[in-house]
Amino acid sequence: MGTHQQTDLAIEHIDQRNLDWYIDKAVEILVFICGISAIIFIIGIFTFITKEGYHFVLQMDWSEFFLTQYWFPSDEDAPEFGILALIAGTASVTGLAMLVAIPFSLGGAIFVAEFASGKTREFLKVLVELLAAIPSVVWGFIGLSIINPLIIQTFDVPVGLNVLNAGVILGLMAAPIMTSIAEDALNAVPDRYREAAEAMGATRWQVIFRVVLPAARNGLLGAVLLGVGRGFGETMAVLMATGHSVNIPGSLFDSVRALTATIAAELGETAVGSDHYQALFAIGIFLFIITFIINLSADLIVRGVREG
Amino acid sequence: MVKLSVGGLSIRYGDNTVLRDVNLEIQEHEIFGIIGPANAGKTSFLKTINRMDVFDPNMHVDGTIHFDGRDVRQWRNVYALRSRIGVVFPLPVGLPLSVYDNVALAPRLAGRPSPADLDVIVERCLTRAALWDEVKDRLDSLGSLLSGGQQQRLTIARALSQEPELLMLDEFSIAVDPVTTMRIEDVLKELRQELTIILVTNLVQQARRLADRTAFFLQGECVEIGATEDLFTGGHQDPRTRAYVEGKFG
Amino acid sequence: MFEPTALNRRNAHIQSLFKLLFGLMTGLLILPVIVILATLIQEGGSIISIDFLFSRPTDGMTAGGIFPALLGTMWLVAVALIISVPLGVAAAIYLSEYAPENWLTRVINLAIINLAGVPSIVHALFGVGAFVLFFNFGTSILAASLTLAIMTLPVVIVATRESLQAVPLAFREACWNMGATRWQTIRRVVLPNAVSGILTGVILEVSRTTGETAPIMFTGAVFFTPFLPQGVFDQTMAMSLHLFVVSTQVPGVPDELPYGVALVLITMVLAMNSLSIAFRMHLRGKKKW
Repeated sequence: MGTHQQTDLAIEHIDQRNLDWYIDKAVEILVFICGISAIIFIIGIFTFITKEGYHFVLQMDWSEFFLTQYWFPSDEDAPEFGILALIAGTASVTGLAMLVAIPFSLGGAIFVAEFASGKTREFLKVLVELLAAIPSVVWGFIGLSIINPLIIQTFDVPVGLNVLNAGVILGLMAAPIMTSIAEDALNAVPDRYREAAEAMGATRWQVIFRVVLPAARNGLLGAVLLGVGRGFGETMAVLMATGHSVNIPGSLFDSVRALTATIAAELGETAVGSDHYQALFAIGIFLFIITFIINLSADLIVRGVREG
Repeated sequence: MVKLSVGGLSIRYGDNTVLRDVNLEIQEHEIFGIIGPANAGKTSFLKTINRMDVFDPNMHVDGTIHFDGRDVRQWRNVYALRSRIGVVFPLPVGLPLSVYDNVALAPRLAGRPSPADLDVIVERCLTRAALWDEVKDRLDSLGSLLSGGQQQRLTIARALSQEPELLMLDEFSIAVDPVTTMRIEDVLKELRQELTIILVTNLVQQARRLADRTAFFLQGECVEIGATEDLFTGGHQDPRTRAYVEGKFG
Repeated sequence: MFEPTALNRRNAHIQSLFKLLFGLMTGLLILPVIVILATLIQEGGSIISIDFLFSRPTDGMTAGGIFPALLGTMWLVAVALIISVPLGVAAAIYLSEYAPENWLTRVINLAIINLAGVPSIVHALFGVGAFVLFFNFGTSILAASLTLAIMTLPVVIVATRESLQAVPLAFREACWNMGATRWQTIRRVVLPNAVSGILTGVILEVSRTTGETAPIMFTGAVFFTPFLPQGVFDQTMAMSLHLFVVSTQVPGVPDELPYGVALVLITMVLAMNSLSIAFRMHLRGKKKW
C-alpha cells in the first residue's frame, strides 16, 4: 500500500491532460460538426424553400394546383396555378429520356462489364466519365443549335424545340451515370455465378441473360431510378430544348414546359413575396419531395445489393 | 515492485467470453511469459492493458488492471499510458513513412528532440532491433516497402523508441527468421534491466529460454502461473499445463 | 471427336452477334460526344482567339470577347472551393475516422446522397431564400458561391472519404498503440497518404462548379455588368450563364459566337476532368504499401 501511495504521486505527475489531449478533443468536436453539416444543409434547403412558399401552399387549392393545366400565375384578374401541364412536360421528357437511355446504358454496361477487357475497358470507362461531365447548359445549347434544325429537317415539322429534342438530350445526359452504376451492379455479381453457369455448358450470352442480369436486378433498378431522378431535376437543358408552351403534349413534336424550367424562366420576373413568386417556391417544394423519395428508394434498393 | 497488477479480469466480445477471472502480478524488470494455444485470450489480454479495447465497441472488460498502481481505466490521459507501453504484434507493420521517420515518430510526439538527439535515438533503437546494418544506408526508404522480417524489426525499433516501461510482445517471431529471432531474444534479455517485458508466445521453448515466470492460458482461463522452470519440469504442474508443454496439444 | 457441332457453331455465332450489338450500343453512347465536339469546333473554332478570351463583350453582347465571364467563373469557383474543401474534408474525416456504425451515420450518408440529388434549380431557390434574402448578402458572388459549395459538397466528401478509407487500419492501430492521439495519427500518417485522392476530388469539383448555371442565375450571376468583379459582394458574369444568354437572350448574335462560348466552356470542363482522370491513373502506379 505504501508503495502504491508513493507511486500514485509519481503517476499524478505523469497522467496529466496535455495540449495534445485537448487538441484531439477539439478536433473530434470540429469534425463532428462538419460531419453533420450535410444533414443541416438538407434541412436548411427544405426550411428555406418552405419559408418562401408556405403561405401559398397553405391557402392554395390543392386540386387546382395538381389537377388543372392552366398556368397563368401573373394574370392580374384571375390568376391560375395549375401545374398539371408542367408535370406532364417533365414526365413526358423524362419518360422519353428513359426510353432512350435505358437500352443504351444497359447495352453499354453489359459490353464494358462482360465483354471488354483491359485497355478497351479503361478507355471506355474514361469516355463515359467525360460524357457525364458535359455541363447541362452545353447540352441545352446543343439541343437548340444542332438537334433543333435536325428535327425540323428530318421530320418536316415547323418547330424543333419539343419533347423529342429534350427527351433525346436528357437521355444522352442520363445515360453515362446510369451506365456506370449499371456496370457496378454487374461487376458486383460474384464470378462464381458465372463460372457455375459456364460449367453447366451455358454460352456467354446465356450466362448474361439468365444468370448475371437477374442477379444484378436491384442495382440495375437503382440505376434506372437515379436516371429518373436526374431527369426530373434537370433544369438548363430542358429549359433550352423544350420550347415554351405550357400544355399537355399530344405528340413528340409538341413543345412543352417542365417544372424545373418554369421556375428558371419565371423567377427573375416575379416580385419577392408575390403569389407568383411563392407559387414557384411551391413547385420547388414539390420537386424537392419527389427527388427525395426517388433518391431514398434508389439508395435503399442499391444498398440491398451491397448487403445481400 | 509490482509493475502490473491484474484482478478478476474478464473479457467478452458480445456474448462470447474469451477470458474469465484472471488474477496475476507482474514484477518490474522481469520477463513474464504467457503461453497457451490459439484463442486462449492472450491477445485480448494484452489489448486491455494499454486500453486498446476502447476501439472495439463489441469488447467488454470487467475487473481491474493496475499499471504503476493506478487502474488503467482511471487514467485521465490514456495516450500518456499508451506511450509508456510498447507493443509488438505478430503482423509486421511498417508505416508509410521513411524508416527514419518510423522510429522518430514516438520521440517527436513526446517532445521536440534536437536533430542530433533524434539521430542517436534512431540508431540506438534500430541497432537493438537488429535492423541497423541493413537500413543504415537507406534511412529514407519507405518503411512500408521493406520485407516482412525487416518490417517486424522496424516495429520492434518503434516500440523501443518510446522508451517504454513495459514492453509487450505478442508472438513477435512469426514473421522473423530463426537467426534474427535469436538476436532479438538476446536483446530482450539485456533490456530486462531497463524495463519490464511481457512475452506472449506460441513457441514453448522460447518462453523457457527467456521468461522468469510464465502463465499458461487455456480456453479463457489462466490455468497456472509459476517460475518458468517449475512449469516445465513438473514442480507444481497442473495436468493440462503438462500436456501442453509436452506437446500433446496446441 | 472434338469438332465443333452445329449447336456449338450456332452458339458462337449468336455470341459474336451479341458482342457486336452491345459494342454498337456502347459506340452509339459515345458517338454523340464526338459529333458534338466536332460540330462545336467546326462552327465556333473560328471565333476563338486571344482577343476573344481577354476582351469584353461589345455591341450589346453581339460581338467582342468573354473575359468578364471567364473571370467571374474563376471568382465563383475559387470562393466555392474555399468554402467547400475544408468543410468537405473535415466531414469526410469524421465519417472515415470517427463515425460509429449507427443510425446517425446512416442519416448523414443519406443526407449526402440527397444533397447531390436535389435539382439544381431547387438549390437556386434555397440560395435565394437563405443567402440573398435571409442572410442579406444580396445577389453576390458570396451568395452564389455558397449555393455552389453546398451543391458540390458531396463530391469532395465522397472522394476524400474513399481515399482515407484506402489507408489500411493497421497503420492507425500501430500509431494508437504508441500513444498517438487520433488527430496526431490522422495528421502524420493517414491524411498525407490521402492527399492525392482528395486532390482528384477537388479537380472534379472545380469541373462541376464551372459548368453549373441554375444555382448562380438568381444568386449572384447576371446577364451583363460593365464592371469586373472586385469583391465577394459584387455581382458577376459567368461562362455558363453567358452561354445561356448569348444563345437565347440576345438578338442578332452571329452564329459563331455562342458556338465559341460553348467550345471554351466545354474545353475547360473536359480539360479538368481529363486532368483528374490522368492524375488518378498516375497514382495507381505509385504504390506506397
